Amino acid sequence: MMNVSRLPTTNMEYTRTAIALHWLIALLIFSLFPLGIYMHDLPFSPARLKLYSYHKWLGVTVFTLAIARLAWRLTHPAPPPPAGMPAWQRIAATATHHLLYALLILVPLSGWLMSSAKGFQTVYLGIIPLPDLLTKDKAVGDALLIVHQVLNFTLAALVATHLGAALKHYFFDRDEVLGRMIPILNRNKP
Amino acid sequence: MIKRSLITLALGLGLGAALLAPALAQLDAAKSSVVAVSRQMGVPVEGVFKRFSAQVSFDPARPAEGKANLEIDIASFDLGDADFNRETTKKEWFDTAKFPKATFVTTAIKPAGAGKYEAAGKLTIKGRTQDVIAPVSFKTEGGQQVFEGTLPIRRLAFNIGEGEWKDTATVADEVQIKFRIVTAKK
Repeated sequence: MMNVSRLPTTNMEYTRTAIALHWLIALLIFSLFPLGIYMHDLPFSPARLKLYSYHKWLGVTVFTLAIARLAWRLTHPAPPPPAGMPAWQRIAATATHHLLYALLILVPLSGWLMSSAKGFQTVYLGIIPLPDLLTKDKAVGDALLIVHQVLNFTLAALVATHLGAALKHYFFDRDEVLGRMIPILNRNKP
Repeated sequence: MIKRSLITLALGLGLGAALLAPALAQLDAAKSSVVAVSRQMGVPVEGVFKRFSAQVSFDPARPAEGKANLEIDIASFDLGDADFNRETTKKEWFDTAKFPKATFVTTAIKPAGAGKYEAAGKLTIKGRTQDVIAPVSFKTEGGQQVFEGTLPIRRLAFNIGEGEWKDTATVADEVQIKFRIVTAKK
């Protein structure tokens, strides 16, 4: 197992671009999720309007980065799982990763659609108006709020799983999995 | 109330006067609209005044003699969101309980190019009156007179958005009032 990971083949590591996109999106999600929960319960105020706008802008940023990341991922294969990893873990990891990618697109998309249906256009950074993909419809807007929430809690659960698995690989399996995304933790580098 | 005062007016002026000036036309409410477009964090937000009344007397051959008055039921303002609607009735915004009506009364109408006019008048919202000049385009459609235009106003001049809402970075000062007034068929 260790021998395999020491091979000087570049496809054993994520590219710098993939690593940068991963952490940038992670940072944004960790800001967006609590912001979303916090702002939802605020009374009507300038602060609320501002935070909603910031949340939308950050969400559009994630959406854009996620598309770039998917395109990168399709043209730059991820390193294979460590040899000797049980099949169920490989399947679980692949499924989690695919779902995470899907949600990186679907969560912001559901927010954008909700904004349109609720009649509030999304204007990125207050400058670039995004097209309204839906016409104003209160029932659709309310339904999309639920969709946005459910997708987000699913995303939160998957992120927790992803994080737990990464820590398990580092502390229990003591393999190179976490080091591929955090190069300074890479145990196999001299 | 408007109707009653109109009847009083008509009776008072008598038939002779009524023949001299074009009669005040009532509104075709279904075809007319008054919409306020504000900007929140750069996002245009439309609010519709669902109830308003207007009387218009206008002859394109003699625009200077034309006049119009508009009365808007502020509580009928609809932003398409129940929370927002409730908010706009509060003291900080329209203070609907104290100021239920907004009015526009023309003082002078001047031609401003083919089919275009400038309607100067007094606009009163939330108890404050401002002199404004509304650009109006005019046409006749199937025997009905159609007046359309957009009047930019500054909400803070009418004390709309008090306290923390004075911040124009969140809600811009300029608000566009888009109007389409269609008179009822005679």
